[in-house]
Amino acid sequence: MSDYNFAYLDEPTKKMIRRAILKGLAVPGYQVPFASREMPMPYGWGTGGVQVTAACLTPEDTLKVIDQGSDDTTNAVSIRSFFAKVAGVATTTRTAEASVIQTRHRIPETPLRSDQVLVYQVPIPEPLRFLEPRETETRRMHALEEYGLMHVKLYEDIARHGAIATSYAYPALVNGRHVFDPSPIPRFDNPRLESPAIQLFGAGREQRIYALPPFTSVQSLDFDDHPFEASKADGACALCGATHTYLDEIVADDQGTRRFQCSDTDYCMERRA
Amino acid sequence: MYVAAKGGEEAIAAAHTWLAEARRGDRSLPAMSTAQIAEQLALAVARVMSEGSLYDIDLAALAVQQARGDLIEAIFLIRAYRTTLPRLGSSRPIDTGAMICERRVSATFKDIPGGQVLGPTFDYTHRLVDFALAAGDEAAAAKIAETAPQTRSRVSDHLGREGLLRDEPRSDATPPDLTRTPLELPAERPLRLQALARADEGFLLGLAYSTQRGYGRTHAFVGELRIGTVQVAVEIPELGFAIDFAEIVVTECETVNQFTGSRTEPAQFTRGYGLVMGRCERKSISMSLVDRALQWQELGEDNVGAPAQDAEFVLMHSDNIQATGFLEHIKLPHYVDFQAELQLIRRLRREATEAQMEAAE
Repeated sequence: MSDYNFAYLDEPTKKMIRRAILKGLAVPGYQVPFASREMPMPYGWGTGGVQVTAACLTPEDTLKVIDQGSDDTTNAVSIRSFFAKVAGVATTTRTAEASVIQTRHRIPETPLRSDQVLVYQVPIPEPLRFLEPRETETRRMHALEEYGLMHVKLYEDIARHGAIATSYAYPALVNGRHVFDPSPIPRFDNPRLESPAIQLFGAGREQRIYALPPFTSVQSLDFDDHPFEASKADGACALCGATHTYLDEIVADDQGTRRFQCSDTDYCMERRA
Repeated sequence: MYVAAKGGEEAIAAAHTWLAEARRGDRSLPAMSTAQIAEQLALAVARVMSEGSLYDIDLAALAVQQARGDLIEAIFLIRAYRTTLPRLGSSRPIDTGAMICERRVSATFKDIPGGQVLGPTFDYTHRLVDFALAAGDEAAAAKIAETAPQTRSRVSDHLGREGLLRDEPRSDATPPDLTRTPLELPAERPLRLQALARADEGFLLGLAYSTQRGYGRTHAFVGELRIGTVQVAVEIPELGFAIDFAEIVVTECETVNQFTGSRTEPAQFTRGYGLVMGRCERKSISMSLVDRALQWQELGEDNVGAPAQDAEFVLMHSDNIQATGFLEHIKLPHYVDFQAELQLIRRLRREATEAQMEAAE
């Protein structure tokens, strides 16, 4: 692929993205606007994550790409082969071997290390978006640390349903300052946002990058009498027997028999090896 | 037992092979050349160039072919190619007043200096399916009279001389570029116009139509619509002057809008502006109506809450590549989030049932 620069994007563009990443790391949880480029995959399919990964990759890196926890879902396969082609980097499916991991909707079960970077694909970076559709308004709310609306929403959930009715993309307070959207990971993953690894979030269509430096405090929003709860399906993986992992539910036959399976396919395979 | 889809890689490769086969279609029929597409589907190619923001007829024709005629897919191909091109410099503003017009009409004056030039238009044709065309009858090839290329003064300049048409604030400032800096709101008019020039034709058409039906009515007349070739010049710093390096076709529309005055402005006509690369007449008219509706703040008009007046709403949703990508991404697997939702719904239902049973006891 000599027609394209290393990792597809031209160097000035990567430099611009790296500056946004550095700013994001300096102000954890703050959404940094960046001049997102059109990528050869559609918006909404991980263009933000792909741009962040492209800006982070060096020829020595080993890349892992997962979608829904799995290395073998169609979009993960497509993004992995994209970087194998345009960057020529080594790829892996094993979490422990990867230096850069791009993910959609999950944090790997294997604990991450300080020499790893986790890149999230983000559809809607703004945690307040569905409470207030206007960007001009939500930016002001972040600037003024005005998060009352979010607490009212969570309170209304409790009043109406007896519990907070947000099961994924569960909002959290970063570094005691910015409420952020952890991307649509299940809330099971929220406690694992406090990590030794660098975590970068890229939203291509919405032109935003944000970051969690290692060991940043991430408090999932809750109330004293309704503390945050990381929930998962009550069951065990049919393949490896794990009860502590996030499980996918699979309808096994026409009678509606269900079984569960680890959503993190690499972790499940390691356990069975 | 069922093991969640393994073998995605081979499945994708097979799907793409099938796509290539489907694109080619029946092999007993001759394949189209991109030259044929550029010549005979010229308006499809023009739309791809305009919304792809890249003026390259051959490339756009190839994109139309590769996309099996799906124009948004073709626009996407062009955008993804455009993004990899280094930016070597900026041209000087094109002068549409010096356009060699192939079409130029005004709806506000019966006769204008330079005359009404209909050009190759669908207007006034009877939309009857031409079966002779299907039978391969090409007898209709017209004879085009040779005329000397001619530039024609802008209609708005005649109105402007009388002071009846609001003079646009002039500025030599470099306009912002939303492909290089993130779109920030509120957006000034140059940025809005850039976004509209790249915007989806259908989206702009719908918005413009809504203003005509009363959602932020602006009473537009087509002051002038012109299509033709203009020169693109670039300043060469080493030479100290500008040289023409390309000739492109653009479509420009200026609407003249009734305006009875506001707190800040006297009664006068105002204008909406549409400029689109290639022959994209419908889009340029739509663009000028939407541009006019978005100017409510500058002109001190009331915001009646119409969609076409809402710059954030219009600009955030007008790009069809952003829209189609995000819309279609819901085809991607979402079973992790769906699983979390399942869990939540089951729990809420269980708790509600338990509460009911307790109440019954």
